[in-house]
Amino acid sequence: MTSDHDETQGVSRRKILECMTWAGTGVLWTIAGGVPRSTGLIGEAVAAAEPSGLTFLQISDSHVGFDKPANPNTIGTLEEAINKIKALPVKPAFVIHTGDITHLSKLSEFDDADRIISQARLDVHYVPGEHDVIDPEQKLYRERYGHGAKGAGWYSFDANGVHFIGLVNVVDLKAGGLGNLGNDQLEWLENDLRGRSASTPIVVFAHIPLWSVYPQWGWGTDDAARALDQLKRFGSVTVLNGHIHQVMQKVEGNVTFHTAMSTAFVQPAPGAQPSPGPMKVADDKLRSLLGITDVTFKRGQQRLAIVDQPLQG
Amino acid sequence: MTIIARSIRVAAALAVAAFAVAATLPAATARAAETELKIEVKIDNFAFAPQRIVVQAGTTVTWTNADDAPHTVVSTTKLFKSSALDTEDKFSFTFTTPGTYEYFCSLHPHMTGTVVVEAAAAGNAAQ
Repeated sequence: MTSDHDETQGVSRRKILECMTWAGTGVLWTIAGGVPRSTGLIGEAVAAAEPSGLTFLQISDSHVGFDKPANPNTIGTLEEAINKIKALPVKPAFVIHTGDITHLSKLSEFDDADRIISQARLDVHYVPGEHDVIDPEQKLYRERYGHGAKGAGWYSFDANGVHFIGLVNVVDLKAGGLGNLGNDQLEWLENDLRGRSASTPIVVFAHIPLWSVYPQWGWGTDDAARALDQLKRFGSVTVLNGHIHQVMQKVEGNVTFHTAMSTAFVQPAPGAQPSPGPMKVADDKLRSLLGITDVTFKRGQQRLAIVDQPLQG
Repeated sequence: MTIIARSIRVAAALAVAAFAVAATLPAATARAAETELKIEVKIDNFAFAPQRIVVQAGTTVTWTNADDAPHTVVSTTKLFKSSALDTEDKFSFTFTTPGTYEYFCSLHPHMTGTVVVEAAAAGNAAQ
């Protein structure tokens, strides 16, 4: 009975989702009726969304400091992304940055990123990527962004009735493994969720995907299942990740998984290249490849297969 | 096997070089050069190549990052740990004790490698 009910809920939830297209500079999310929904491209006609609830924005993988051929000007493309945010007809409530703010965790890189991102004049909620915690003492990220956070930087907050949870899955990684949340963080999550109504919409964000996108390239999180188990009872869970520099989406039950594009450079579709390293594209194609990709949600399917799509101009 | 052969070749070359200069250098210096063994591991396409090497005790292994992404070289037993290596950065460690040493990239932990250290060959063991 319960499962029937859940199933009905799942279907109606899925009906809400449509074929969607994103710009890589950021993804604009609107929460209507408790269900987060991507409203489309930054730079396209977002006005059509007419959000009545909470609107927030996700950017990811700025890699400030990266200057290799795949994009010698990551500062410039981040500035372009911020300018698009500033030009949005509907001002988002805040921004979520899903990590790899910097390329090498250098102080100057964090400074440059801050200088640019602060121009959006919006609150920004960060989680670190693995590139943000490679300074020798692993302290620059936490000193700057970790106020009020636990452990390596995890935390939660509420906005318009939605519970947001920022998780860290890029530290204390094990040889041969994937992303890692760890016992301390999972215990904290359990406490954080305890007593919350199952009708509370949940948004979880972390750098490395919390679903198994492509383990051969490390695109997954070893103990994500333990976190997702704790989220099962909630009617609406949205998981936002970065790391793979391309849009992918999967819906499983009440959980929608989504990865954002990078503002910096392109990475190949799973298995499309020998490695997941930065992918050089023609200079005149870079922005369109960074900026636009298609993700198709196939209606009526219980589970979505991951659709590998080459990024298109 | 190739790797062992290469190590020995390197050792032989060094030994010859050491012999050539031995006449003019103090004996201690010559002995140090004689035991200097080196091998290179490339980090390329998010992999250590060769992934498994077999070396003699006393060999210095140097990793060079050829990727556009940073990597680290970290022992699973914390015996050695590089800082983040940007493109073309290098990290070296000298293995003195026979054994099997597993390591990985702490940023991309699916990248793993192994160094097998064997007792020094007879020629070098006399030190």
